[in-house]
Amino acid sequence: MEEHIVIIGNGISGVTTARHIRKASDKKITIISAETDHFFSRTALMYIYMGHMKYEHTKPYEDYFWKKNRINLKRAFVETVDHENKQLLLSGGEKMSYDKLVLAVGSKPNKFGWPGQDLDGVQGLYSKQDLDKLEANAPDNKTCKRAVVVGGGLIGIEMVEMLLTRDIPVTFLVRENSFWNGVLPQGESEMINRHITSHHVDLRLGFNLDSILADDNGKVRAVTIKETGEEIACNVVGLTAGVSPNVAFLKDSGIELGRGIKVNPMLETNIKDIYAIGDCAEQHEGINGRRPIEAVWYTGRMMGEALAQTLTGNPTAYNPGHWFNSAKFMDIEYQTYGWVFSKPKDGNTHFHWMHKDDNKCITIEMQEGTRKFVGINNFGIRLRHELFDRWLTEERTTDYVLEHLKDANFDPEFYSHYEKDILDAYNAAYGTSLAPKKKSWKRIFA
Amino acid sequence: MKIIKNLGLVIFITGLAIWTASIFMGDFTLQQEQLDSFISEKGIKSELVAQKISDNVVGKKLGTFAFTGAVRDALAQNNDYYDAQIAKYDAAKEWDKKGEQYQYRINDKDFQAFSFSLAKKAGTGFIVENKGLMWFLTFGLGILGALMFIFPNLVLLGKPGIKNDHVYHEAATNRGWIAWLVLVYLVLFYLVLYFNADYVVNWTFILDPISNALNGGDASQWFVYGFLYCVIMITMAVRMYIKYRHNKYQIVRTTSVLFFQIVFAFLIPEIMASLGKPGYDFKNAFPLDYDFFFEWNLQSLTESGGLGIFILVWGVVLTLVIVPVMVYFFGKRWYCSWVCGCGGLAETLGDPYRQHSNKSMKAWKLERWLIHSVLVFSLVMTLVTLYCYFTGAEAFLGINSQWIKDTYSFLIGAWFAGVIGTGFYPIFGNRVWCRFGCPLAAYLGFVQRFKSRFRITTNGGQCISCGNCSTYCEQGIDVRAYAQKGENIVRSSCVGCGVCSAVCPRGVLKLENGPEAGRINPTQVLLGNDVDLMDYVNNKEAS
Repeated sequence: MEEHIVIIGNGISGVTTARHIRKASDKKITIISAETDHFFSRTALMYIYMGHMKYEHTKPYEDYFWKKNRINLKRAFVETVDHENKQLLLSGGEKMSYDKLVLAVGSKPNKFGWPGQDLDGVQGLYSKQDLDKLEANAPDNKTCKRAVVVGGGLIGIEMVEMLLTRDIPVTFLVRENSFWNGVLPQGESEMINRHITSHHVDLRLGFNLDSILADDNGKVRAVTIKETGEEIACNVVGLTAGVSPNVAFLKDSGIELGRGIKVNPMLETNIKDIYAIGDCAEQHEGINGRRPIEAVWYTGRMMGEALAQTLTGNPTAYNPGHWFNSAKFMDIEYQTYGWVFSKPKDGNTHFHWMHKDDNKCITIEMQEGTRKFVGINNFGIRLRHELFDRWLTEERTTDYVLEHLKDANFDPEFYSHYEKDILDAYNAAYGTSLAPKKKSWKRIFA
Repeated sequence: MKIIKNLGLVIFITGLAIWTASIFMGDFTLQQEQLDSFISEKGIKSELVAQKISDNVVGKKLGTFAFTGAVRDALAQNNDYYDAQIAKYDAAKEWDKKGEQYQYRINDKDFQAFSFSLAKKAGTGFIVENKGLMWFLTFGLGILGALMFIFPNLVLLGKPGIKNDHVYHEAATNRGWIAWLVLVYLVLFYLVLYFNADYVVNWTFILDPISNALNGGDASQWFVYGFLYCVIMITMAVRMYIKYRHNKYQIVRTTSVLFFQIVFAFLIPEIMASLGKPGYDFKNAFPLDYDFFFEWNLQSLTESGGLGIFILVWGVVLTLVIVPVMVYFFGKRWYCSWVCGCGGLAETLGDPYRQHSNKSMKAWKLERWLIHSVLVFSLVMTLVTLYCYFTGAEAFLGINSQWIKDTYSFLIGAWFAGVIGTGFYPIFGNRVWCRFGCPLAAYLGFVQRFKSRFRITTNGGQCISCGNCSTYCEQGIDVRAYAQKGENIVRSSCVGCGVCSAVCPRGVLKLENGPEAGRINPTQVLLGNDVDLMDYVNNKEAS
């Protein structure tokens, strides 16, 4: 009898684990989800509301895929984990035994105890259910005359963009005095501020939510702002002040919890045969300077890949390589490779270039003196992942990176190029006299 | 802005309504002299035909359908009579007499052409007398209304960038009632154009002045089709320019298909025809140009002196050398989405429907069976045709040359490429023909898949599996399936429209022509994790 591996959560982490276990073994695999029958791309939820896609399009695998690959799908909510008997209690009283358990239960939107945070019309944007709720709460600008989005992060700006497509006026309440400036350097953050405002969003920087007010029916009617006491009438409040691991149901399970489920680099919890991956996993210490909890699509996927190896007889630690990420702020695409901090780390400095159209810029973090390349943020220009990954491994200097920037350009053909502009600015800042080298396929495939 | 848009829609629909209604307008009065000259021009041997048409039609003032119906009726009566004669002589075993009767029959397939030609002579009334005004009320209003509908998008779509908002909320682009209505209209249009052109002879009157100016002759239904094709492509290209104004690849590509349609497919053949030369579309490569090796074309080319021979050589070189060499360097996109007329219509008129191509594995399987069958069909047909052309035989390999040509023209040329290929845009997507039927696309696909520098590169591990690329792939390729594995997309069906790259929110996809080495990279594990799991898997298999 093959070992039964049960995975709770059908997001990118859980599904990646299941797929890679199947590639390497014949183990019995069950994925349990209370959210949807099938895996879908959470990052694509916004496009359903905006009408770019339907829910079906967000499913990366056709429905027959699961049966063909003998991955059992179970639609249920897990109430408790009984690790002594290796058993799960599911909603409705059903029980399920496991040999190995993978917790890939994701996150839930943060709520910070605001008065009125559970009113009708207040919601986050994380799950399929949240999307359905938004469709009901804000189908058009007659039902929802104004929305207030609280929290200036990636989900916040997505929610703003979504609501704008239905011509709903939006107030965007951001605690920081510039958008996402805990992550983005000032020049970039300010460019995004201007971009948001240019979409006719009522962007309020440096303001906190005080309370959410109800009408007679228990529905949202307004929010108040802490600093000014101002009352903003609205019908929908989007809470997008970050997410935290969805671990409430494990409180009494005996599994060690911090903010998330505590794991070691092997992704093992304190209980034998129970593992945690993705958004809900919390490393005892961040790996390679990363945060202990990484709620990012890519890291969820990488953890899934690593854990699947462990579970199929090839013990593999989660050992992510160079950091990378991407996002899109309305019309401006963003990618990052390596580390760029909002303020340069000690001993580092930033080189910042911005195009005059106010839609493109880059910031490079490098060591002072040696100008060793540490990382790059690029906005409005696409760059080649594999090349930057290699340059980081090879510990190239910024001089080298910028000279060879044409190799890394990943914009569609015929797009304008900015390598020379960037180098001119760099030469002026550092007294160098570098010239861009012509693109070379040899170097790209070296 | 919205007011202008809505007003534009009203004007467009008015133009379309007048265009449609014009079929029923005007009268047809055939004079005896017109009939006589037609009969002698055509060398019609049956006196009965002339008699019957004369009885049914001449001197009467008839509407479109009454007129064409009466002509077709006359032809049918003629055939009935001679069928009876044939049966009679057959029974009497008078073979010579029986044989003589056949020359008096009119081929059933020629009824519409016969009726069309007579109608073209007999037309009178408002349209014939007011061609300029009618042009304005149809084409004029249509173009004006469409542009008024399209131009406000410059403001309404907001800042430059991908704006597919509400594609799946609107009845026109979400297979709603508007889409079905458009489908019915397009299908009817093609059925009329291909099989019942005599019903729409009024349309040709509207374009007679332009046709006369271009080639010195009156407009045929094919002139109407060619002109309409260009007008629709230009108008919808304006829409493309606005929608993708941030994306230079789309702008250059749209300009290219537009240029090749207007100059190569439309103007040059018209001008050649006006000079008494065979009207040839120099970009239309065999086997998409399936009748290139038909006897009538070979005959016409060999009889047209140096130019004819040049076209003959060009056509062969285009298919055997230029097309594959270009596909090697640039992928089949250089043809399918930069040059081809079918592709041009798909990329302009069809762009609002690109999301409807089916992405399922089943559809892919069907695609491979269908498109390769059509390729084989076209090659067998050509083989038979050429054999019969050179030997004078009627059949080769037991296949009758005329039969296979007729069958292909009917099934593939008319039904698949036209009625289904374009008519089904609003429901099945804009590349139905290119994906499932085009034999040239199948041929280019082989080259692209096995010997080309073209690929869509996946940008390392940046894919978030959102599905925009797959949704908006007009060729039904599940782009995401590759991108989320970090694999380059090397698929024979990809026409390189570049929209997957355009709609990707994370900058993951790039169309490029790079070295062949490393083009296909079947990695199963993405960049990001430091363990090289492929090495692990390979080592395990080796041990």
